[in-house]
Amino acid sequence: MSRAEPVYDARSAPRVSPLWLLGLFRSELLVTFRRWRTLALLGVLAAVPVLVGVAVKVETSDGGSIGSGGGEGPAFISQVTNNGLFLVFTSLAATLPFFLPMAVGVVAGDAVAGEAGAGTLRYLLVAPAGRTRLLLAKLTTVVAFCLAATLTVAVAALLTGALLFPTGEVTLLSGTAVSFGEGLLRAGAIAVLVAAGLLGLAALGLFVSSLTNSGIAAMATTVGLLITVQILNAIPQLDAFHPYLFPHYWLSFADLLRDPVYWDDILKNLGLQALYTAVFGSAAWAAFTSRDVTA
Amino acid sequence: MAQIQPRKPRRRAARYAVPVAVAGVAAATVGLVPALASSGDPDLPEITAEELVAKVAASDVDQLSGTVRVKTDLGLPSLPGGSGGGNGGFGGGAGEGGDGVEGKAAQPDASPGKKLSELASGEHLLRFAADGPDKQRVSIMEDAAEYSLVHSGRDLWAYDSGSNAAWHAEAPEGAGHAGKHDGPAGPDAVTPQKAAKQLLKDLDSSTSVAVDGTAKVAGRDAYQLVVKPKGANDSTIESVRIAVDADKGLPLRFTVDPKKGGDPAIDVAYTKVDFGKPDASSFTFRPPKDAKVTEAKPDGDRRAPKGPGGLSGLELLGGSAGDWSTVATFDSGMPGGPGGGKSGGDKRADELLDNFTDKVKGDFGTGRVFSTRLVNALMTEDGQVYVGAVTKEGLVKAADEHVGAE
Repeated sequence: MSRAEPVYDARSAPRVSPLWLLGLFRSELLVTFRRWRTLALLGVLAAVPVLVGVAVKVETSDGGSIGSGGGEGPAFISQVTNNGLFLVFTSLAATLPFFLPMAVGVVAGDAVAGEAGAGTLRYLLVAPAGRTRLLLAKLTTVVAFCLAATLTVAVAALLTGALLFPTGEVTLLSGTAVSFGEGLLRAGAIAVLVAAGLLGLAALGLFVSSLTNSGIAAMATTVGLLITVQILNAIPQLDAFHPYLFPHYWLSFADLLRDPVYWDDILKNLGLQALYTAVFGSAAWAAFTSRDVTA
Repeated sequence: MAQIQPRKPRRRAARYAVPVAVAGVAAATVGLVPALASSGDPDLPEITAEELVAKVAASDVDQLSGTVRVKTDLGLPSLPGGSGGGNGGFGGGAGEGGDGVEGKAAQPDASPGKKLSELASGEHLLRFAADGPDKQRVSIMEDAAEYSLVHSGRDLWAYDSGSNAAWHAEAPEGAGHAGKHDGPAGPDAVTPQKAAKQLLKDLDSSTSVAVDGTAKVAGRDAYQLVVKPKGANDSTIESVRIAVDADKGLPLRFTVDPKKGGDPAIDVAYTKVDFGKPDASSFTFRPPKDAKVTEAKPDGDRRAPKGPGGLSGLELLGGSAGDWSTVATFDSGMPGGPGGGKSGGDKRADELLDNFTDKVKGDFGTGRVFSTRLVNALMTEDGQVYVGAVTKEGLVKAADEHVGAE
């Protein structure tokens, strides 16, 4: 990769310029986002808000309210007809349990194992970048994908919402109203927050990925772990453990829509994701740097 | 840094020590920090119960905002479709399940009575803001939704973001929203000190009031006031604890411990409190364009869902209302009672009743006792209902005496 970069000799490798890492990251990014699979995942994610928006529009076209007004369905769905901006929040809440993390699991699971399976990993390792740097570039790419996937949902939802529903002053969950600009700002912050919430899973996927040579196995394991943890998180008898499960605070992004903002769960979520990233990121590093790459 | 050779196993073990160490440090932090933070009750000057009660009465906090955690464990059986669960739902809430909507009927209903009754079980987080007697706000925080009660001047608004429904009532002139932190009602002529003295004197025969150490609640120093029933052996209540802010005199925590032990049956505590002036925008509410707004009927049923058959025939047994073993009784107007002897017939219904009630016998005939951790209720076969925070035996005794007296 990065053929244009100068060749360093092995001893000077630890002191490469940051630009080198940037080049490595750029090539990783291009490899990931040029894949048809990645684009298909993003396409599916973009389709969800459109589907939700159209469904709400059709159901309310006769003047009725959504879900017979009882508040059934994903969070925020009853407010979508007030303000198209709420479609962003509904779509994020609807994709957050499975669609979004599944896409992240696929990309993260494939990051190392896919290349090992295809036999391209050893060529990457021939370049004097060092395994740690390569892993860092992979992690950064997965993080970039988390953000890209979340923004895809958010932007598709924003466009659909603006087209189908009125926009304007946004009534927050607490009943106070803010301007559309501030609402937009909060929506942006929420997208970033949702992406940050996926970091723990991304690191977990990368760790699994660095253990095996089979991309499919790594993806299946990561997504399987996600589903298992989601199920554990739904069993009330285990609620003593729930605060330590990575999806537990995912929906805390809604607290950004309260007035005043309720930070407790948001901060807990960020702390939890940082912890998962630290633990599984370093585990991935331990696995990858001590691994015997034969393929 | 040749890359393709395998590393030595020892090196691998050393590297895996890093994530293990990170996880270990995190676990230690999670385990130790709360333990360190909660240790050491604050050192406060000694105070008598009388002074403390006077402090509460004199408290003139009218600007505050805070977060209150309400935990109730009354031991109510969880009925299907009830609001008992509250924590189900996937991913902690919405998504497919839409958890914040549990227990809501198909009709959007934002009237407060129903919402407030949901607080009777489980754990809830409330936010409270007040600015003088005219402006208050309470929000019940739910997963990805919020239920807010906003009182501003004569308007009382309720807004349920989960179902996008609003409810509006206009108070008649002069009638304020019964704010939780309004000082005890009473003529202003009575000084708090006098009132406290009088209150303690009145309670003296039935109740012991004492100061029991200090505590830290919501980061503030507080005295603990312990109220215990005196000589009421039938009472199900072991004690009531109130943590009073040492500086402001505001009650910060209120717990009711049942005699059976275990967790408090009711635990209401501030987790955060701020005595600054809340943002004025908190108290303005305009219903969103599309929200369904219900207007309350003038002087309508704002509060208090009516009991079965109305509570007009309510009678208190066993002395004044200040007595801990008071039993209330009324006629439910349902002779036969729930599955009472005569209805016979349906065996399955009887079995179902047996699951959460106990059959009892007394001078009043037979009846069924419905028990919770705090309150027990007895319904006799002729439809008389006895309710009180007393034990089953106490209830039967009260019913016997009541029947005997008639």
